[in-house]
Amino acid sequence: MKNRLMGSEKTFFIIACVLVVIFALFCLLPVVLVISASLTDERALVADGYRLIPSKFSFASYTYLWRQRSMIGRAYMISIIVTLVGTVLGVIFTAMCAYPLSRSSFRWRNIFTFLIFFTMLFNGGVVSSYIIWSRGFHIKNTIFALIFPNYLVGAFNIILVKNYYQNNIPASLIEAAKLDGATEPQIFTKIMLPLSKPVIVTITMFSSLAYWNDWTNGLYYINKKELFSVQLMLNEIQQNVMLLRTANDRLGAASVNVADIPSNGVRMAIALIALLPIMIIFPFIQKELIKGVVIGAVKG
Amino acid sequence: MPFFGLMAPALIYIFINNYLPMFGVFIAFKNINYSKGIFGSDWIGFKNFEFLFKTKDAYIMLRNTLGYNLLFIVLGIVLSVSLAILMNEIGKTLLAKIAQPIIIFPNMISMVIVAYIGFAFLNSQTGFINKSILPGSPISWYSKAQYWPYILTVVHIWKVTGYGSIIYMASIGGIDKELFEAARVDGASRWRQILHITLPLLKPTVIIMVLMSISKIFNSDFGLFYQVPMNSGVLYKTTQTIDTYVYRALMEQSDIGMSSAASLFQSVVGFVLVIVANQIVAKVDADNRLF
Repeated sequence: MKNRLMGSEKTFFIIACVLVVIFALFCLLPVVLVISASLTDERALVADGYRLIPSKFSFASYTYLWRQRSMIGRAYMISIIVTLVGTVLGVIFTAMCAYPLSRSSFRWRNIFTFLIFFTMLFNGGVVSSYIIWSRGFHIKNTIFALIFPNYLVGAFNIILVKNYYQNNIPASLIEAAKLDGATEPQIFTKIMLPLSKPVIVTITMFSSLAYWNDWTNGLYYINKKELFSVQLMLNEIQQNVMLLRTANDRLGAASVNVADIPSNGVRMAIALIALLPIMIIFPFIQKELIKGVVIGAVKG
Repeated sequence: MPFFGLMAPALIYIFINNYLPMFGVFIAFKNINYSKGIFGSDWIGFKNFEFLFKTKDAYIMLRNTLGYNLLFIVLGIVLSVSLAILMNEIGKTLLAKIAQPIIIFPNMISMVIVAYIGFAFLNSQTGFINKSILPGSPISWYSKAQYWPYILTVVHIWKVTGYGSIIYMASIGGIDKELFEAARVDGASRWRQILHITLPLLKPTVIIMVLMSISKIFNSDFGLFYQVPMNSGVLYKTTQTIDTYVYRALMEQSDIGMSSAASLFQSVVGFVLVIVANQIVAKVDADNRLF
C-alpha cells in the first residue's frame, strides 16, 4: 500500500516536471528564435528562414547597429529619460498623496479616497482623453506626451501605498513625532517614506516597466522621429515593413523606400536591444514582482 | 492644510487625466466640427450611436471583443490553475527556481516586441512556421483572417498564463499543509489530493478572478489586437475589437463621432459590469469585494 502510494507520487512528480519543462520551453523558445535570427547571416536567414539555431553565424546585424548608433542611441535616451522622469515623479506624487489618506485624523480622507478610487470604476474613454491632452494641453509632439497621459499617477498605486501605511506603520510613531514638534511634511519624509520601502519598491518596478514598454502614448501623440522612444522606433520600422508588403502586392505602388527598412536580422537585433534592460534586471526583480502581484490582488 | 499640499500634485493630475475626460464624454453627443470648436459644435443626441450600431463594423467588433474575452477567460483559468498546481507539485526544486522566472517573462515584453516575435514565426517568405514546419505549402498568414483566432489565442496564452498563475500559486501556498498530510496518511494519491483539497480550496479565488474578468469583458488588450496582426487591414474581420476600432476611427479616419460613441459605450457598459461583479463578489466572499 505505502509503496504503491510512493510509486504513484513519484510518477506524478515526474509528469509534473515534464509538463513544466514543456511550458517553460513554450515560453522561452520564441525569444530564442529572435536571438538566433539576430545572430544569423542575412543571406542564410533569407534562404533558410528563421531558425532556433543560426544556420550561419554572424555578428553583422550588431556591427551594423553599432554603426547606426546615433539613431538608436537617441531613441534609447528618450526611453531612459521618459522612464526615469515618469517613474520618479509618479512614485513621489503617489506616496505624497497616500500619506494624508492614511491618517485617520484627516477629515476629508474618505471623500478623497472615494474620488480617487472612482477613477478605477469609470473612465471617460480614449477619445475625450485624447482631445483633452492634445487640444487642451497641446502636448502633441512634445516629450511630455510620453510622460503625462495615463501612466504618471494611478488610483491603484495610491490605494496600495495608503493601505501599506495604515497596516504597517503604527499610529503611535506619528503621534510621538508630532509631540516632538515634527511637521506633516517632515513626518512624511523622515518616517513614512523610509518605513515604506517595500511598497515603494513595488510601485517603482511596475511604473518603470510600464514606461519602458509603452508605445501607445507615442502612437497617439508623437509623429516627429526625433521624439521616438525605442518602442516607437520599433513600431515605425514594423509599419514600414507592412506598407512595403501591401505596396508590393499592388505592384509598383511603392510609397516606402526599401533602403529605409533594416534587414530581417537587424530588425530582430533592435528588438532584442529594446528588451535588453528588462532581461538584465528581471532576474533581480522577479521575486519582488511576484510579491507585488500578490499584494495587489489581495489589497487592490 | 499641509495634507492638501502633499496631495495636490496627484489630485491635480487625476483631475486632468481622469476627471476631465469624464466630463468630455459629451463629445459623443455632438457633431464635432473643429471650425465651430468643441463646445460650439451642434448637439445631435444619440445619432452617433445610431450610426455606429447600424454599421457592420459594430457587429464585428462586438462579436470579436466578447468572443475573444470569453475564450481567454475560460482558457486563462484552466491553464493558469493547472500551471499553478504543477509548479506547486515540483515544489522548491532547482527546476522550479529556473522555470518560475521563465514562465512570467513573456509578460514583461512589450507588445511591439511581441509583434516582432510573431513576425519571426509567421512572415510568409522566411518565417519559422512556413520554412521549418510547413516547407511544402507556405501560408500567407498576414492576409488570411481565418487563422488569427488561433494565432491570437496562442500569443495571449504565451503572454499571460505564467503571470496569471502567480495568484493561484499564492492561494495554494496558503493551504494548510496538514490537510495534505492527513489525506496522504489515509492513502489518497496526489491526484486525489488535488481533486479533493486543492481545487475546492481554490474555488473562491477562481470565482473572484472570473468575475473580475467578466467585468472587463468589453475591454480588449489593444496591443495584442493592434500590434500582433501588424495593423493588417485584411485581417480586421477576426482582429478588430472595440479598442482597435476606437483607435482607427479616431486616428486614421478622424471620425470623432463614431470613435467617441464606441468609446463611451465601452466605458458605460464596463462601469455597469464592474458594479454588478462587485455585488456578486460581495455575496460570494465579502472579504474580497472591491468596495
